Amino acid sequence: MNDKNLDVSEATTAEAQPLLEVRNITKRFPGVLALDKVSVKFYPGEVHAVVGENGAGKSTLMKIVSGAYVPDSGDIFLQGEKVHFAHPIQAYKKGVSIIYQEFNLLPERTVAQNIFLGREPARVGVIDIPQLNKMTQDLLRDMGVEKLIEPTEQVSSLSVAAQQIVEIAKAISYDSKVLIMDEPTASLTSVEVKLLDDLVMRLKAKGMAIIFISHRLVEVFEIAEKITVLKDGQFVNTVNKADVTPTDIVTMMVGRELDQFFPPLGLPEDLGEVVLRVENASNDFLKDINLELRKGEVLGVAGLQGSGRTELAQALFGVEPFKSGEIQIHGNSRPVKSPFYAISQGMGFVTEDRKSEGIFPQQPIRDNILMAIRALQSVFGLVRKDGVPKSKNLVSTLSKKVDVRTDSYDREVQFLSGGNQQKVVLAKWLASDASIFIFDEPTRGIDVEAKASIHEIIRQLTKQGVAVMMISSELPEIIGMSDRVLVMWDGKITGELPSRSSEEELMLMATGHVNNHISTNAVAGKE
Amino acid sequence: MTISAVPTSGVKQWLRSIRIPPVFYFLVIIFVGGAALDLIFADGQMVRNQTILTNIFVRSVALGIVAIGQTFVILGASIDLSVALVISITSVMTSYIMQGDPANVPLAILVVLAIGATTGLVNGLIITKLKVNAFIATLGTTLILRGILNATFTNFEGSVPRSFEYFGYEKIGPIPVSIIVLVAVTLVGWFILSRTKFGYQLYGTGGNVDVARLSGLRTDRVIIIAHIICSLTAVITGLFLVSRLRAGAPWVGTDGVYDLESVATTVIGGTALAGGKGGVWGTLGGVLIFGVIDTLFNQLGINPYMKNILRGAIIVLAVASYTIRSKRESA
Repeated sequence: MNDKNLDVSEATTAEAQPLLEVRNITKRFPGVLALDKVSVKFYPGEVHAVVGENGAGKSTLMKIVSGAYVPDSGDIFLQGEKVHFAHPIQAYKKGVSIIYQEFNLLPERTVAQNIFLGREPARVGVIDIPQLNKMTQDLLRDMGVEKLIEPTEQVSSLSVAAQQIVEIAKAISYDSKVLIMDEPTASLTSVEVKLLDDLVMRLKAKGMAIIFISHRLVEVFEIAEKITVLKDGQFVNTVNKADVTPTDIVTMMVGRELDQFFPPLGLPEDLGEVVLRVENASNDFLKDINLELRKGEVLGVAGLQGSGRTELAQALFGVEPFKSGEIQIHGNSRPVKSPFYAISQGMGFVTEDRKSEGIFPQQPIRDNILMAIRALQSVFGLVRKDGVPKSKNLVSTLSKKVDVRTDSYDREVQFLSGGNQQKVVLAKWLASDASIFIFDEPTRGIDVEAKASIHEIIRQLTKQGVAVMMISSELPEIIGMSDRVLVMWDGKITGELPSRSSEEELMLMATGHVNNHISTNAVAGKE
Repeated sequence: MTISAVPTSGVKQWLRSIRIPPVFYFLVIIFVGGAALDLIFADGQMVRNQTILTNIFVRSVALGIVAIGQTFVILGASIDLSVALVISITSVMTSYIMQGDPANVPLAILVVLAIGATTGLVNGLIITKLKVNAFIATLGTTLILRGILNATFTNFEGSVPRSFEYFGYEKIGPIPVSIIVLVAVTLVGWFILSRTKFGYQLYGTGGNVDVARLSGLRTDRVIIIAHIICSLTAVITGLFLVSRLRAGAPWVGTDGVYDLESVATTVIGGTALAGGKGGVWGTLGGVLIFGVIDTLFNQLGINPYMKNILRGAIIVLAVASYTIRSKRESA
């Protein structure tokens, strides 16, 4: 399906044996085919990037290679020998190590204690501390970082980059041949990225195979020699960096038909006044946020994981408030310092993590629906079973409106399907008369039918004069639903696209290609 | 990132390298403040009289030994509420088996050590294999042990021979044997934690059980061993108490509130309830703070129940100061 001469995997096979090879790996999770017969070869002395959209299967593949998941079918070969990892420690011992995004270090222990945890040099159980520190010193010197990190330093006192280096040191100390790095640079400054790059080059020169998972195409093109693209759990291609441009990669990553049904976009007459305005607002994650949200529109917010999408929603709703800048709700410019204030101003937040933030799973439907409106009542107000004094049958009215399918409103929400749970969350905010809705991944983990009905409800809301901001990592959803799209990257809003923009345009912006020529070309091309 | 090469004196460097737990600053403040109050409102014996000074330590022995054990389990992100009952059982069983006869001493000690080790093993197994929360698991064993104990003994039972009182009352030179035992237990605890593989594994397991498992540690075993050590320190405390009281009663452990106080002093000492951070020296500092407060209230002749107000305030203040400190460090 792709240009044949880009395919290098066949050509190199004859020259060298791959250090690590996966063949026909398939992995199925409930409801999703995460990996579908994926085969990739990784060679020694090579930096090999694996890229793809959220949910393309990159992380699943890496977890299989490092022993965290067992594949449903398919084989893994290490230096030509078939291996089977049931536990990460087995992969470690065979020389395959992985460094995850979240740190796997003990912050209260020293560098040496962390690296050799469980393998300390000891005689009858008593640790030879000088020897332990010397081993660590030797290892760090080998890596060329002995000036940066002392074996006896406590990990919590190190910078993020130095901590990452300690993790790499730990991996190398297992004598690893394959080093997998999952988004290693996500939280590093550019100086630190340089440091890491130097280290990667050094390891490469030693004949290790480095696998590099990243969302940042700019970096992928700086550091990797080969790039493998995955899409929707399927292998697309493995290419040499020299043969392709970032745009080629993006085309491989996206480019699928808009196969779902979405309700029609908003009409000009639906659009009302600005209900939410943010000017030059910042906090620890977000920089210089400027946005306007109008009555009657769906404003899509796209961006990759870690781009600041969820942080933006949390800042607007007062969970992690902005520290500077201005925020106006319905023309009222008071800083949003708490969710309580946000709710009192008519905001509703349908969170990404439904289970831990959106519902009380062990409480019945009726109490979940009435949760937000009760929060606004006086503490001493009496609680009604099915509604509030103003509206006695609120629960049933709203449940019918959003089409919650249940035989009884006494049923605990945990026993509903994902789609029905999400509808309960919607009803909860409708009860509180919210006029500004923030949706964070409104249809994650929901079946197709429920998805369509939630999309329908969102559009209905805007017809009734509600303003909707919808965050989603699914590009088709963003494109299918949004009247306007904001793209975020690295805590900033990097651009705005009109409705029905292409996935390629979005993806380029979301991977850090903020360069004006791309976005202006794209917009110009439309007009 | 590297420490600048300003020449520092050997003492300063040494002080920095041993990292004095911050609880000792609290201890100094409370001791100086207490001594001042004593000078003003009472006879000032707290600093002048060596016996009273020594008494601060002797009062701390019983709590100190078991708190060292509690530190082990808390470092492993576990907790042991059953220590008070192990102390009670030890004291009763010891004097019951000894019946004042020196010939029975070895048997008695063996039996109580076995009871302690079994309790620790059972606690550890319930927590790691049945995956019961440590608080609930040890609360359960506490109730079971209490039921057995109260059904069997109701009052002082038997007595210890005069030779066994050595532990509680004798001195080697000017120093009471009991203090030497407390220091020895602390030193052994420190050695295990900072010099042995088990100690490193305990910090690893308590700090982050997933990291520990990924590093190949058998974390269940680590937790079980920590619980056995903790119960054994409770046995030593029980032996000390019975040698001072000369006979064991089924209420000595619970009346001493050794369960909650051992947890409190461990936490005051800077060991995190979440595990993986802290050590025995801090706990010893926490125990001595309680000892100073006891002595002070005694000196001033204040209603002893009032001291709990001060203790409570110190727990809250100490833990709040650690939280603020660690927040500032990470910021």
